[in-house]
Amino acid sequence: MRKLLIPVQGDFVAPRFDLATEILIIRYEDTELIGEPRTIIMEQASEEELCQMIVKEHITDIVCGGIEDLHYNFLAWKKVKIFDAVIGDWKTAMDKALKGVLTQGEIILEHGKELSL
Amino acid sequence: MKPSFQPDIRLLIEGIPYPTMILDTEFRITTMNRLLEAMTGYARERVLGLHGELVVRSNIGNTRGQLYLQVLQSGEMVSVKGDILNCYRRKIPVQCTISVLNEGDGSTCGLLVIIEDISTHEKRTRIGVREFDSVELIGHSPKMQKVFDMIPLMAYSDASVLITGETGTGKDKIAEVIHQQSPRARYPFIKINCGALPLDLLESELFGHVKGAFTGASRNKLGMFKMADKGTLFLTEIGDMPLSLQVKLLSVLDDRKFRPVGGEQSVSVDVKIIVATHRPLREQVKNNKFREDLYYRLNVLHIHVPPLREREDDVRYLLDHFLEKYTRALKKTIVGFTPVTMQTLLSYHYPGNIRELSNIVEYAVNMCRRKKINKDDLPSYLFENHAKEDEELTVEKMPEPTSAAESTTDRQTIPAPPDGGDSWPDIERRMIIDALKEHGGNRTETSASLGWGRMKLWRKMKEYALLK
Repeated sequence: MRKLLIPVQGDFVAPRFDLATEILIIRYEDTELIGEPRTIIMEQASEEELCQMIVKEHITDIVCGGIEDLHYNFLAWKKVKIFDAVIGDWKTAMDKALKGVLTQGEIILEHGKELSL
Repeated sequence: MKPSFQPDIRLLIEGIPYPTMILDTEFRITTMNRLLEAMTGYARERVLGLHGELVVRSNIGNTRGQLYLQVLQSGEMVSVKGDILNCYRRKIPVQCTISVLNEGDGSTCGLLVIIEDISTHEKRTRIGVREFDSVELIGHSPKMQKVFDMIPLMAYSDASVLITGETGTGKDKIAEVIHQQSPRARYPFIKINCGALPLDLLESELFGHVKGAFTGASRNKLGMFKMADKGTLFLTEIGDMPLSLQVKLLSVLDDRKFRPVGGEQSVSVDVKIIVATHRPLREQVKNNKFREDLYYRLNVLHIHVPPLREREDDVRYLLDHFLEKYTRALKKTIVGFTPVTMQTLLSYHYPGNIRELSNIVEYAVNMCRRKKINKDDLPSYLFENHAKEDEELTVEKMPEPTSAAESTTDRQTIPAPPDGGDSWPDIERRMIIDALKEHGGNRTETSASLGWGRMKLWRKMKEYALLK
């Protein structure tokens, strides 16, 4: 089983990892979702706490927007697979990540879809 | 009829010497210049139509476009400092200026956003974690963040600062950073180790002397206090300062004046005092080894630097930092540690703190002949049994080698003092006893072995109550 974490803001992948307060944790196996995504609301944005949570929760994959080099390297060191600089709605990003077709820096444009930031 | 003025917007913003974008009234990017492409790492064509905040990921209080909305509604320009994170994972300090764009009829049609890179300016004034990297002050653990948060506050106060922490935790570096961050930064930062010099010499070093004050004083000497005028005087190992000098230090702190050794006239100084010690000063006060009044005078602002074992999160960062440092210095191509090595290094308790960690990595980089540091490249003492480690810990807790004693005395061979003390007088007393024992109590031979005259030996023996 793998665990995917996505910092979100409204319908979007949160623009910044360090400023995100709403976190989704998704369990999946062989492209299939296991249960419902779990939402964690952080009291305040903190990249350090977020990194600690990622390690503690044994997260295997992350989809996020901008992330600082320092935290990226730390998480990569912890063997977490990171798709950063992703712009788009988190649902599509999650689907793509589950299917293994999401790429780093991908901009997901769903024309005609009503999304709120 | 005169044709209406309709400039090419894209060409117009290319002429702006700062990264710039134009947003529509729903804050979607309509165009941006090349400088902004370079800053964000996104090509214009890829991000047209996207919400500005998704591309220029800032921390200027623009979550959900709040700032854009404020400018759009008020019509008033806003200029805010903050930073952005680009797609190369780089955090860039910026000055973001947002203003409204109006049509010819006065109706609002969008926003002009200019994002100036102020990183070069910020390097001089910024107060934050990364700035301390230049002096190897690295820490991401909450305890270290607390220390970093306190540094700017301490820097902007003229009150004395007391830094406590075990040996090797980086007390000196913190003192240096406090000075660098303070308005006194362009004046001298003078450091003196109070445990390294005997009483007479320390007094002369600190307060200076006048010509003829004592034998050998052939000229006036300024002293560290005067040399640090308008700057910062850092007294390290303050716990080892002799009691008699503590009185004089207290008087300087109170009056900002002192008399050089043998001098008659007071000298005024304006010095910020930072002191550091690895000893528990409160206990020293209880044991009458440190003056209580001086303790309270120095302990105005207090920073405690946590030992590395309480900063487990930082060990990896530090290992990485020192690996990079020594790899670069030795022009090697080592890329990291093997998992087993990393595990060994993470589970070690580092009694010598960061100094020890740095030495271990330096040793390993020197020994390593492969791409990754192996367990065999680490110093062998890391694998010795715990009993041995404990033994080493005891030796580590022995006094810091003094620069005067370091060259002549092997610190590991100094036996534990009978009274448990380890300040300079205790060490000197012990040295005399050892030398006397060695020469069967013969004072001529003892004084010769210590490099002293008989008179000095007698005076020292009297001072340390070694005469019957």
